[in-house]
Amino acid sequence: MATVQTKTAKRERQRELNELTLEKVPTGIRGLDQVTHGGFPKGRTALVCGGPGAGKTLLGLEFLVRGAQLYDEPGVCVAFEETVQELTTNMASLGYNLQQLVRARKLAIDYVEIERKQIEETGEYNLDGLFVRLKQAIEEVNAKRVLLDTVELLFLGLSNEGVVRSELRRLFHWLKDAGVTAVVTAEAGDRGLTRYGLEEYVADCVIVLDHRVTEQVSTRRLRVVKYRGSSHGTNEYPFLMDNEGISVMPITSAGLTHGAPTERISSGVTGLDQMLEGKGFFRGSSILITGTAGTGKSSFSAAFANAACGRGERALYFAFEESPSQILRNMSSVGLNLNQWMGKGLLKIHASRPTATGLEAHLAQMYKEVEEFQPDVVVIDPITNLISVGNQGSVKAMLTRLIDFLKNKSMTAMFTNLVFGDEIEERAIGISSLMDGWLVLRDIPSGEERIRTLNLLKCRGMAHDMRMHSFTLGEKGITINGNFETIGAARAQ
Amino acid sequence: MATSKPSAPRGRSSNNVAGNSGQSRPASRRRNRALWELRLYVAGMTPTSIRAFENLKKICEEHLQGIYSIQVVDLLERPMLARGDQIIAVPTLVRRLPTPVKKIIGDLSNTERVLVGLDLRPAGGWH
Repeated sequence: MATVQTKTAKRERQRELNELTLEKVPTGIRGLDQVTHGGFPKGRTALVCGGPGAGKTLLGLEFLVRGAQLYDEPGVCVAFEETVQELTTNMASLGYNLQQLVRARKLAIDYVEIERKQIEETGEYNLDGLFVRLKQAIEEVNAKRVLLDTVELLFLGLSNEGVVRSELRRLFHWLKDAGVTAVVTAEAGDRGLTRYGLEEYVADCVIVLDHRVTEQVSTRRLRVVKYRGSSHGTNEYPFLMDNEGISVMPITSAGLTHGAPTERISSGVTGLDQMLEGKGFFRGSSILITGTAGTGKSSFSAAFANAACGRGERALYFAFEESPSQILRNMSSVGLNLNQWMGKGLLKIHASRPTATGLEAHLAQMYKEVEEFQPDVVVIDPITNLISVGNQGSVKAMLTRLIDFLKNKSMTAMFTNLVFGDEIEERAIGISSLMDGWLVLRDIPSGEERIRTLNLLKCRGMAHDMRMHSFTLGEKGITINGNFETIGAARAQ
Repeated sequence: MATSKPSAPRGRSSNNVAGNSGQSRPASRRRNRALWELRLYVAGMTPTSIRAFENLKKICEEHLQGIYSIQVVDLLERPMLARGDQIIAVPTLVRRLPTPVKKIIGDLSNTERVLVGLDLRPAGGWH
C-alpha cells in the first residue's frame, strides 16, 4: 500500500515538473533546435547579438519564415534598419520569398524609420506609437512570432536615453504579455554583449553570432550564451549561410555516447575484406587511408562507396580535388561503374574547392549534405586539403566533431589523406588516433617498376592482417595479392 | 474674420480637425500665404496628450493665428496611420505643410524648441 502511494506521489511530482519545464517553440532553423534543445523559449524574448554582417537579421527572419511555413505561426518583423524592399531583396538571395508570405498574410513587415535630423524633442513622450504599430501588425496576421531588428537604433534616433530604456523595458514586458515568441537583435558591444546592454532586459535566452576572418578565410560561429531554465549546448557551433538559409552544425566534441554496432560491411575490395577477418569493417567506424600521390586512395574509397550502393545503401562522396565527372571517368578505368548509382540516386558526389571557404564552413556544409542525403557511408577525399585551410588544433577538433556526428548516425566513413614521401606515418599521426582503422598505401620501387603495397596499420576491435600486401589496379578493380615477402625482406636488410 | 478656435480634444472625438481654415483667411493675414497644416499624434487622451495639444494651440495662436489647422490623431483608434507618418513616439507633432515635413516629439512644453522645430525661429535663436 505504502509503495503504491509513493509511486503515485512520484508520478505527481514528475507531472508537475513537466508542466514547470520551459515550453519551447522550434525555430525551424537547421541545427539550431538541437543546439538549444528544442528551440526558443515560448512566449518569451530571445536576444541575438553579433557584429555587423554576423547574420542577425537573417537568423531572425528565418525564424519568422520557418514559423510561418512549417509551424503555422505567422510572424511580424519590425525592421529599424532595412526597408521592406531591402529585406525582401536580401532574403530572396537566400531563397526566401517574403512577398509571397506577406500576400498570404503569414508575415507582416513594418519598417520603422528613425531619422534623428528630422526630429526635434521637447518635453515628455513615450513610445506608444511603436507599441500601436506592433500591436496593429500582430493583429493583422494573428502573429505568434515577432522580430525586432535592430531595436537599439532607438538609442540613436532619440536623445532621451532614459525614456528609451524605460520604454524598452516596458516593450519586453508587453511582448511577454502578448504571448508572442520574440527575437530581438542587437549589435555586439565592446564592454557588454551588446552596445546598449540589451541583455539586461532580455534575460531568458541570449545567442551570440560571430563572423571571424583568419588567414583570409571566414568562419561564422554561433553560441548560446544563456538560456534560463533550460539546458543547451555551450560550444561555439559553426554555421553556414547559403541559398537555403542558415544551418548550424550542432556537433559536440563530447559525443562519446554512440553505440558500437557489431555489423560488418564490405570494404568493396575482396582481398581487403579477407584481411579484416574476411568480413570487412564495422558499420559506423571511421577509416583513414593515407598514401602518397597516385597510390590508389581514391580507388579504394570509390570501391567502398560502390560496394555500399551495390547493397542498396546510400553513399555520399565529398570530393575536394576532382570534379564529379572526373571521378566517374577515372573510376570506370578501374572497373567501377559509379554512374549507375548516381542514376539510381544512391550515390551523391559533392565536389568543392577546399580553399573556397574555411574549414568549419566546409564541415558545416558537409553536415548539411549528410543531413539531407542521409547516407549509410560517407567518403571524404581527400581530407588533406581541408587540413591545409585550418591550423592543426582546430582541424583535429573539427574532425573529432565530424567523426562523432557520423558515428552517432552509424554512418561508416572513409577519409583519404595525401602524404609526401617518408612522412607517411608521422603526418597522419595527429588524426589517425581519431580513426578506427588506418590503411597505408605505398608504391615501392622494385627494379624497373614500382609496386603498390598496402598495410593495415590498425583496425580497432578485430584481429586484422597486419602484413604488408601488394595490390594491382586494373579493369577488374583492386586485386590484393598474397603476402608481399620481398618487400619485408628488403626492409630487413 | 474667422476666429473659431481649436478645441481641446476630449473623449473619443479623436480625428478632430480644428483651427482656422485657409479659405476663411482674412486679407490682413495674406502676407504669410502658407497654410500651416499640423497633425498631432497621440495615443489616448492622456494628461501628456492634452498638455501637448494645449501647448500647441497656444503657440499657434501666438505665431500662426488664422493660418493653421490642427488635426489630432488618436492612434489607439486609428493605428494604421502610424506607419504613414513614421510615428514611434507620442505625442508627435508633424508639420505636413509647409514642406519639408518636420517632426517634433514630446509634450511641446519648451516653446523655444517648438518654434525652432517648426522653423518659426532660426536654429541659433536660443542663447
